[in-house]
Amino acid sequence: METKLKPSFLDEVASVPACGKINECVQCGVCSGSCTTAAHWEHPPRKIIAMVRAGMKDEVLNSSSIWYCVSCYLCTARCPRDIKPANIMHALEAIALNEGYKPPTKTTTMYRSFARSIEQNGRIYEFGFMLEYFLKTNPFAALRMLPMAFSLLTHKRMPLLPKAVKGRHQLNQMFHNITTGGSR
Amino acid sequence: MRYYAYYPGCSMEATGAPVEKAIKAIAKPLDIELMELEDWTCCGSSPFSGVDKVKAMAITARVLAQAEKTGLDLVTPCSSCYTILHEANELMKDDHKLAWQVHEALTSVGLNYNGTVKVRHIVEVIYNDVGVEALAAKVKRPMTGLKVACYHGCQQVRPEYGYDDREYPDWLDRISKALGAEPVNYPLKARCCGSSLVISETDMALDLIHKLLENAADNGAQAIVSTTCPLCHTALDAYQSAVNGKYKSHFNLPVLAVPQIIAVALGLDFKQAALDGNIVSPRKLLSPYFNGRTADSDAPAQKAAAG
Ligand code: SF4
Ligand code: SF4
Ligand code: SF4
Ligand code: SF4
Repeated sequence: METKLKPSFLDEVASVPACGKINECVQCGVCSGSCTTAAHWEHPPRKIIAMVRAGMKDEVLNSSSIWYCVSCYLCTARCPRDIKPANIMHALEAIALNEGYKPPTKTTTMYRSFARSIEQNGRIYEFGFMLEYFLKTNPFAALRMLPMAFSLLTHKRMPLLPKAVKGRHQLNQMFHNITTGGSR
Repeated sequence: MRYYAYYPGCSMEATGAPVEKAIKAIAKPLDIELMELEDWTCCGSSPFSGVDKVKAMAITARVLAQAEKTGLDLVTPCSSCYTILHEANELMKDDHKLAWQVHEALTSVGLNYNGTVKVRHIVEVIYNDVGVEALAAKVKRPMTGLKVACYHGCQQVRPEYGYDDREYPDWLDRISKALGAEPVNYPLKARCCGSSLVISETDMALDLIHKLLENAADNGAQAIVSTTCPLCHTALDAYQSAVNGKYKSHFNLPVLAVPQIIAVALGLDFKQAALDGNIVSPRKLLSPYFNGRTADSDAPAQKAAAG
C-alpha cells in the first residue's frame, strides 16, 4: 500500500485551481470591506484566509460564513494581491461538503439539490430543484415563495416539467470517469 | 450578417423566457445570427463548484468543447454562465492536475478541447460588434424622455475579462442613450442582487434587491434597463412584490431587459418585445411610445423610410 503524507489544510486549499496565491495575502482587509454580504459572516473573508493559513480547518469548515458568498467578485476585483477570495470560498465549500462537515446553513442542501438536478436532467430544472430543496429543509418556507412562483407560472416562466436533454448521458459518463480515476 | 455560437443557459428556458424571446426578436434586425449549440447542458454555475470542483469544470468544459467545433465565438446572455465559462476556459489552458482530469473525462466521451474558444457576453457583442452608432441609426421609435437606471449586475463586469469598467460600467447607459432614453445616475448599477442565494437566504437577497430598487427610484428612474442576465432580470422583476411586502414599499418599476427596450425602439410590438412576460407590467409606462407612434401609424412611415 502506498502511504501518502496528508497535506496540510493550507496546501489542500492552495492546490485548487485559481486559489494558489492564498499565501501572498497581506491581510489588508479590502476583501472584507468590499464584501456584499460581510454583515452575515461570523468570520469575514480576510479572517477566513488568515484562519486557513493558521490551519484552523474545523473552525473554518464548521462555520456558516463562507456559505454567504454570493459570487459578486468585488473582493476579487479589488484585491491588491490578485488572491481571488471568491474562488477560495467556493473551494472551501467543496472541501466542507466532501469531508462531511455540517455547517449551520441551508445553502449546503440548496447546492446539493442544484447539483442533483444537473446530474438528472443535464440542465437545471428550476421548479423541481426548488421543490426538492424546500421538502428537504422547511416545506413551510415554500409558502412564502408561492405568490412569486405563481406569477412566474402565469407569465409562462416556470415550466412544471423537466426537460431532460440527451447530453446528460455524456455528462454522467464524464462524472464516472472522474470518480473512478479514468484510465489510470 | 455576423455569426455566433449561442449558449442560452438553463434559466433562459424558464424564468428568463421573456429575455430570450426578445433576444431572438432583435437578432435579425441587428444583423446577428445566433446559432444555438446542439444538445447543450448546464454550465455548472457556482453552486456546482461549491460541491465538486472537478465535476463542475467538466460540465463547463463540455460546453466549451461543443462550441469549439463550430469555430465561432461563444456568446451567452447569462452573466453567471459568462463568468463560469470564462473561468473554466482559462483553467483548461493551465497545466494543472484538475485540467488533465477534465481532459481525460472529455476524451472518454469522444470530445476534446484545445482552448481556442472566445467566450463573450451578448451585451458586449451588441456594444462592440453591432455598435452604438449603428444601433442609433436603426431606431424607429425613439424612447425620448424615458428615465432609466441601467443595471449591469455583477458577473457581467467582474471578475476581470477586459469588459467595461468593473465597478461603474456604462455600456448599458450608452446603449439606452442611443435608443433615445435618458439614463439616470445609478451608483448601485454593478452591485450584486444576491440571486444565487435567493432560495436559501431569502431575506438577505431581498435586502440586496430592495437597495437596488430604492437606489434606482431615488435617482428618478421610471424603469430599470437590466442586462440580459435572466437571473438579474428575475431578481428585480419577479421579486419586486416580495420586496414591497417585506419593506412596506410601493415600488412599481418595470424592468426592461436591454433586448426588450431595443426591440421597442426598433419598432417591434409589445408581444414581440416579450413585454407581456414581465411581472411588473411596463404597459402603462410604455403606452405613449406605442400609441401615436404604434405599429399602425408607424407602418407607412417605415415603408417610406425603407423604400
Ligand atoms: S484583499 Fe486580498 S490581500 Fe487583502 S486581505 Fe483580502 S485576500 Fe488578502
Ligand atoms: S465574491 Fe463572495 S467573498 Fe467576495 S465580496 Fe462577493 S460575496 Fe464577498
Ligand atoms: S449559470 Fe445558471 S443559467 Fe447558466 S447554465 Fe448554469 S444554471 Fe444554467
Ligand atoms: S447581479 Fe445577481 S443575477 Fe446578476 S450576475 Fe450578479 S448575482 Fe447573478
